[in-house]
Amino acid sequence: MTVGRTGKEQAGALTVRGRDTARGGVARARRRRLSLRATRRLWLLVFLGPATALFALFVTYPILSALAYSLFAWEGIGRREFIGLGNFVRLFQTFPYPRLLVNAFWHNVLVFVLTMVVQNGTALGLALLLARDPWGARVYRVIFFLPVTLSLVIVGFLWLLFLNPVFGAVNKALALAGVGHLARPWLGDPHTALVALVLVNAWRWLGFPTLVFLAAIHAIPEEYLEAARIDGAGEGAVVRHVVLPLLAPAVTIIVLLTFLGSFNWFELPYVMQGVASAPDRATDVLGLLFYRTAFGEVDTGLQDIGIGSAIAVLMFALLGSVSAVAAVLLRRREVEYA
Amino acid sequence: MRRRLVAGLLVGVLLAVLGAAAARAQQPVRLTFWSWRVEDKWAYDRMIRVFQQRNPGITVEFIPYKATEYNTILSSALTAGKGPDIIHLRAYGGLETFAAPGFILPLDTTKVPELRRFPLQMLAGARSRKDGQIYGVPFATQTLVIYYNKKIFAQHNLSVPRSWDEFLTVLRTLKEKGVLPLANGGKEGWTLEVMAGVLTPNFYGGTSFYEAVIRGHTTFKDPKFTNALAKLLELRPYMADGFMGIDYATMQQLFINEQAAMFIGGSWEIGFFKAQNRNLDFGVFAGPPEKPGQVPWVSSFADGNYGINAKTPYPEQAVKFIRFTATTEWGQMFTDLLAQLSAVPGVVVKDPVLKQVQALNRKATPYIMLVGFRWQTPTGSTLLQNALQAMLAGRMTPVQVGEEVTRGLASWFEPFRGR
Repeated sequence: MTVGRTGKEQAGALTVRGRDTARGGVARARRRRLSLRATRRLWLLVFLGPATALFALFVTYPILSALAYSLFAWEGIGRREFIGLGNFVRLFQTFPYPRLLVNAFWHNVLVFVLTMVVQNGTALGLALLLARDPWGARVYRVIFFLPVTLSLVIVGFLWLLFLNPVFGAVNKALALAGVGHLARPWLGDPHTALVALVLVNAWRWLGFPTLVFLAAIHAIPEEYLEAARIDGAGEGAVVRHVVLPLLAPAVTIIVLLTFLGSFNWFELPYVMQGVASAPDRATDVLGLLFYRTAFGEVDTGLQDIGIGSAIAVLMFALLGSVSAVAAVLLRRREVEYA
Repeated sequence: MRRRLVAGLLVGVLLAVLGAAAARAQQPVRLTFWSWRVEDKWAYDRMIRVFQQRNPGITVEFIPYKATEYNTILSSALTAGKGPDIIHLRAYGGLETFAAPGFILPLDTTKVPELRRFPLQMLAGARSRKDGQIYGVPFATQTLVIYYNKKIFAQHNLSVPRSWDEFLTVLRTLKEKGVLPLANGGKEGWTLEVMAGVLTPNFYGGTSFYEAVIRGHTTFKDPKFTNALAKLLELRPYMADGFMGIDYATMQQLFINEQAAMFIGGSWEIGFFKAQNRNLDFGVFAGPPEKPGQVPWVSSFADGNYGINAKTPYPEQAVKFIRFTATTEWGQMFTDLLAQLSAVPGVVVKDPVLKQVQALNRKATPYIMLVGFRWQTPTGSTLLQNALQAMLAGRMTPVQVGEEVTRGLASWFEPFRGR
């Protein structure tokens, strides 16, 4: 609809322009404005069109089809009759699904909290240190960012080797340091497995929030800091009362990205713990639970597409609503340079 | 000049079209054969070549996909109305998921007369529970056993244990001598299910318990079953420190590199062990029975089937190929090339270790969860694997494992409802 009208307007504007020497100057100006607006619209369409089309094809359509799938009964991989919310009822009421769902959900929450504290906390500290431009700051910046450039699968595999209880470097290093009793099957012990994964993930991503924070700190006009110092504020006070409030936009972005990353977490647990989320679902997250139910465990291969789609729909609703609310709330806290 | 060129081109195009049409008329039918056995491609190519020599009008292309992705790829293709002509299928519930919705061509003894020779328990892995029809030709049986390193056993004057107590003595002796007795670990739940499959049938009573539990006369809360599970806990001291972090690949490495004396696993390892270390001198024995002199049970199962896509454009040629896979000739090649027990009757086993496996198979019992409880989700295997990890990590007792498995299965297995 929009396309057609814009095209016609454009064509009209062009034909009019050819004859407009005979018309008045006011009308000419008006028409030119019109044609400018039309061109603008056309360009908007040219730039937004492909992205919108791709988004519709690879995001909107799958989400809608997952929603549709979740309303049907499934026999193996064959779609059967419409059952309304039957799959959701089963997900919430039939053992062991409710327990698996709650278990995975809390793991996502834990991943988010731990990542915020460990990864983003460390990143903020590093950014503050790097902002003071210590000796070798540029080299450190590269070193911190280096793991981000590695493929996640490689990172997962690397740490699988490091954490292997028989050949792994971590337990060997502990033994060399004289604290061999601390050695653990890090990824096989239900108490340590998830934390180990979060740390590996933080190791990989640390450079990213560090760089975002660092850029935000560099963007703070020097006058503010000088003014604060002249007013007699110590370094701590400058950071607390000037730098941190002005970092709010960066914090908004990092919190939102961490939230989305934590609740969509899939690749690393999948690579390191497999689709079974060993041991005993200790590393299960919603993404894995969804994948496992929809596409089947590796060795049994039985698929439950109805339940899997129901989980996907829930995840989408959760992520969509929470990130919308969070974006509004976090934005409200942001301060402008004024 | 130009006119002649155009004429020449026209004649050329005409000839090409005619030639293509002629070629199409003579072209052999090309069947595609999808599989998850990437590592066996060389052997399948050889076996297929024999078929092609006999059947000049048909070519078969073996296309393997990564095992962990195979199901996803296959199911998306089949639901889209596509997919291969010949399908490598798993058995029991893994077959049902494709057969029940009608994606696989049902076979019977008129279509594939060779099926008559297969024993019934082998065909059980190819039969759908929905309609009782057979949907594939079984290709292999797997048996769960204990591998032992003969050299290490000889060094420490040990012999194959004939009872559970002797087994514990062997384990203790090895540990005292500084040898890691068991390569097994717990990071991958399915390796624990295999371990239970090897060691527990002698304590829960093999097939009589299996029959009772699939008929719903008892459940997995039965003390016979939970006491059998408790036996696994006795092995914890004989696995490596931090065994809960040991994955399947590490287990294999430990045994192949002769760093561990025993490996509790399945008969599918034989070929791999031999290929990885040609000097590895190993044998197998069954999970030890309670008392010496008792013949031990071994868990076994049909590994999978060759089936036909219900939508194949070449059903006649596909059946021809499927019939060939049901002949002793195919079975013999399969066993010789892959060091696995073919499901086809009448195959002569030459490999000494495989011969031992075949002998143990005389007192085989169904691998309980795979054969009996993998028909719907959550499967008995999934439930047991996770509960066993919890048990070996010390977070669950054997009795709790029994309760957990029974409760999970009750969601789809009627006889367990409310028990």
